[in-house]
Amino acid sequence: MRLEPIPDPSLARKLLPPALAILGSFLVASLLALIAGGNPLAVFGAIVKGAVGSKFALLETLNRATPLIFTGLAVAVAFRAKLWNIGAEAQLYAGAVVTAVLGTGLLPWPPALLLPVLALVAMLAGALLLLGPALLKTRLGVDEVVTTLLLNYIFLLFVSYLLEGPLKDPMGMGWPKSARLLAEARLPRIVDGLRLHWGFALALISAVALWVINTRTTLGFEMRAVGQNAEAARFAGMPVTRIMLKTALLSGGLAALAGFSEVSGLKGSLTLDLSPGYGYTGIVVAMLALLHPLGVVAAALFVAAIFVGADAMSRALGVPSYIADIMLASALLMMVLAILLTKFRVVRD
Amino acid sequence: MDFFDILTSAAFWAAAIRIASPLIFATLGELICERAGVLNLGIEGIMVAGAFAGWIAVYMGLPLWGGVAVAFLTGMGFGLLHGTLSVPFGLSQHVVGIGLTLLATSLTFYTYRVVLPEVSSPPKIEAFQPFEIPLLSDIPLLGPALFSQTPLTYAAFIMAALVAFVLYRTPLGLAVRAAGESPSAVAAQGLSVTAIRMGAVIVGSGFMAVGGAFLTLSAFDSFFFDMVNGRGWICIALVVFGAWKPGKAVLGAILFAAFDALQIRLQQTTIGAVVPYQLFLMMPYLLSILALVLMSRRAEVPAALMVPFNKGER
Repeated sequence: MRLEPIPDPSLARKLLPPALAILGSFLVASLLALIAGGNPLAVFGAIVKGAVGSKFALLETLNRATPLIFTGLAVAVAFRAKLWNIGAEAQLYAGAVVTAVLGTGLLPWPPALLLPVLALVAMLAGALLLLGPALLKTRLGVDEVVTTLLLNYIFLLFVSYLLEGPLKDPMGMGWPKSARLLAEARLPRIVDGLRLHWGFALALISAVALWVINTRTTLGFEMRAVGQNAEAARFAGMPVTRIMLKTALLSGGLAALAGFSEVSGLKGSLTLDLSPGYGYTGIVVAMLALLHPLGVVAAALFVAAIFVGADAMSRALGVPSYIADIMLASALLMMVLAILLTKFRVVRD
Repeated sequence: MDFFDILTSAAFWAAAIRIASPLIFATLGELICERAGVLNLGIEGIMVAGAFAGWIAVYMGLPLWGGVAVAFLTGMGFGLLHGTLSVPFGLSQHVVGIGLTLLATSLTFYTYRVVLPEVSSPPKIEAFQPFEIPLLSDIPLLGPALFSQTPLTYAAFIMAALVAFVLYRTPLGLAVRAAGESPSAVAAQGLSVTAIRMGAVIVGSGFMAVGGAFLTLSAFDSFFFDMVNGRGWICIALVVFGAWKPGKAVLGAILFAAFDALQIRLQQTTIGAVVPYQLFLMMPYLLSILALVLMSRRAEVPAALMVPFNKGER
């Protein structure tokens, strides 16, 4: 077999494969639910109900989507320039560490000053963490996939050290957690009484900002050019290395905001289980969104709904909640194939 | 115990060879894929799946070698999926690989929970026992280090020799290497690049899974969720460190494992009392990055690595 480009794909050609991909991931999940002795319809019903069935569930989904929007944006901006940042997990923790260090009394400032400083320094930490692998890539040609992946393990051990050493809460009864943030360092709730903090709004603003950068600025144009064909971009006189490094700073900064938002908005302190793999899930989010910043918001809400819903479903029906992870991983694989099939047809030879 | 005592003890080198064994299997698997031109980032997930599949098969009554076979077949299954998406369809090997790792890992954890719904700690199996090779195991230092290992460790080294032989001494190996260097030349010979690459990814993924199964069937006797713990990514670094050559990759794995065995022992010395244990645990990952940096200038990357081949396109 070989692939042949379709010069002018019809509307059906553009829509059918992605629709089949989503249907396919539901089929996979149904099969798995059956194997676990669950009725697929009941399982999906429980997932939907658990994700959006009540005000509490809906707020939980929005809260869960918040870090995923940040990490999804971080991955989307990097992948668009073909910078394979798989290290959003570590960059998230870098932002979280900064927030926990500076927010627990080191800077006794009012919130209007403290919160922006925390967010900016967190972004800086995440940006610097990705700058290392990006420099190794541009200077020495070291593959950034492996270095960013390895840094995830290294940084998590570093956080573990901090939480058992210098950052350990003396009042924490021996648990490896940081002291609680000052009230001034906490992101307030958007509406009094509703458990949703300003981190969610910040995530939406970041998505719009990235969309503007992508579509309205030179950098956005350059990042896309480098991603599509680095050689051609270099030939056209673009500073490819500098653009790569800028992309890395932006990507690392966005991922770090997830850590800032989780610590300052949701949790109020730093623990080692702050992120259940938001950095990795960000890859699924970005791919499902076809790397589009506004699409990231929609994809993050969808992914968060599946996770929150699956937790509730698992408690009610006993089907393991890992079914959510399987659904998303298979959706990711089927979606990249589907996107290809909107542009190419398979020809037998 | 000081530094010198550690390096001259047979127990230390026996540990290094033991730690190297799963890395050798998985590194060889990745090497086969990459020599054919496919970067397989599914390695981490395939190792998790292999560790579980081999272990659960033995737990359900299969003999140990049956467990190894089940792991191999499981890996081949995931390899078939990776190969289909990345070879004939030519999809991004980064995205397919990461997606496959997520899929294999979550499928494994799901299956574990379905098969063993109400266990607080995973059951143990009767794992491979060390087998002392007559005469050879009596050699001082070398004997206990090299020849008192489990059969699966011997298999790792036999496998390495076999892979090197096939790659460099057979027409099949030539075809695999050519598929990774100059696929259009392979096609011009009337061979199918797609078939060669698919085969390499499927067999390579099988080896990765056996590497995972070593952890549950030989190194330990049970399955834990985080037991692979980044070893797959380390193996990708080892392939680069070994300059895509089986012999060097094996040496790299042993060197790496020796450092790992060393850091475990150093934790129990006076140094370990001062330095936080997390720094020791970081060593394998830091070393992998260091290896990548050191080799970056000298590495002879297969020319067509990560370049999809679409027949008829020139």
